[in-house]
Amino acid sequence: MAKDVISGAQAVAEAVKMCNPAVIAAYPITPQTHIAEGLAQMLANGEFDAEMVRVESEQSSMAACIGASSMGVRAYTATASQGLALMHEMLFAASGMRLPIVMSVANRSLNSPLSIWNDQQDSFASRDAGWVQLYVEDAQEAFDTHVQAFKIAEEIRLPVMVCLDGFVITHTYEPVDIPSNELIGKFLPKIKPKDNLNPSKPITLGGVGAPEHYIFFRKQQQDAMEKAHDAIQKANIEYSSAIGRKHGDGLIDTANMKDAKHAIITIGSVAGTIRPLLEKENMGLIRVRSLRPFPAEEIRNACRGLESVGVLEKDISIGANGAIYDEVRSALYSEDNKPRVSGFIAGLGGRDITEEHIGETFKKIREGKEGTEWLS
Amino acid sequence: MKGKEKPHTGMNVNEGAVIKEPGSAKENKTGTWRTFRPVISDKCAGCGICTWYCPENCIKIVEKDGKKRAVIDYDYCKGCLICVNECPTKAATAKKEGE
Repeated sequence: MAKDVISGAQAVAEAVKMCNPAVIAAYPITPQTHIAEGLAQMLANGEFDAEMVRVESEQSSMAACIGASSMGVRAYTATASQGLALMHEMLFAASGMRLPIVMSVANRSLNSPLSIWNDQQDSFASRDAGWVQLYVEDAQEAFDTHVQAFKIAEEIRLPVMVCLDGFVITHTYEPVDIPSNELIGKFLPKIKPKDNLNPSKPITLGGVGAPEHYIFFRKQQQDAMEKAHDAIQKANIEYSSAIGRKHGDGLIDTANMKDAKHAIITIGSVAGTIRPLLEKENMGLIRVRSLRPFPAEEIRNACRGLESVGVLEKDISIGANGAIYDEVRSALYSEDNKPRVSGFIAGLGGRDITEEHIGETFKKIREGKEGTEWLS
Repeated sequence: MKGKEKPHTGMNVNEGAVIKEPGSAKENKTGTWRTFRPVISDKCAGCGICTWYCPENCIKIVEKDGKKRAVIDYDYCKGCLICVNECPTKAATAKKEGE
């Protein structure tokens, strides 16, 4: 199979083009810019047809996507870091109105101090916004996951964020298989609008939720998020039968778990650094692919029989722990023979996570000391 | 916000807080928000100034037995008392709800 050697950002742009969004609204921000730039180039070349809205901020880019999606068409945007923070208000509007918008987040740290480099604090800070959040390991998975994201979003009527590590994935050139339009078309049907705006039949989206109603809307979103659990797994399987590639079970991806007594849990591209070290260290890997919905049951099943696990993550909920560390411990709480859980905060603000760091992490996981450590 | 689909724990709400028929704000009787209630006395000359100022558009001039008089729709009056402030004949006065 011939593969193209392209950057992660280009892979995302190719995937989005093949999903044919009618509206793309984006504002430039490092390290996302190449995605929107790539799409603008494809539009200029006449490779596909869409309305490119050049907005004045990220708050507006999400607002434009909300408007477009309300009309019943596919809408797409991409952002990172401060841009995602600026559109925070609109994230809740999109999910509350149950609009199947797809957004790429090129993960980057947040100010201050100013940093353009990769970690995952930006999208982790948005994890309660009612969006499905999928995290990818490499450019190929970024391509595949964007195509799946439209299907998942449109099935359960929740917006989907596809998070890829800034620079590490967006700017790195990798071999990527780009399936034919026919295969993508087989997997992803045309969007079926529901409750869309139409001047000849006026409706209101996102009306007032008085105290006697509001809680029920949130419960519906929670129910939809539970459906997302199955929709993500189903999309992974269907993509595999149409295109021939899958990523774990959709929610988590595991490696070297057979006979392992210890495992490392992580998210995103750092799994690529960890993989080659697993076998000789007899360490298992559990890569979280979906942060929302959180795959608590899958993690419980994967951890059953292990003596200890460690969570390595590029985020910190300041005043608590790494977010995945706390959620993994919460997921394991009901287990009878639960493994000990160590937490590791690393790679913030683009600091390299080296093989030496991973080795140190493995050693500490085996020791099974609970609590959070910072790797430098 | 009434909906016809997807009953949920005894409460019908539309996914995405969608309102499918226009004019549903009328179903929300905001009169319950009132702390003070404007009351119109017989001094009312029916001049209509209160109807111009009422931000809720819930005062009407009604003619009865040849006399014009302001009538307040208490289903929607929120008790802002702008009418009391504007009334040139002091016919509109404020009473605390429940008194």
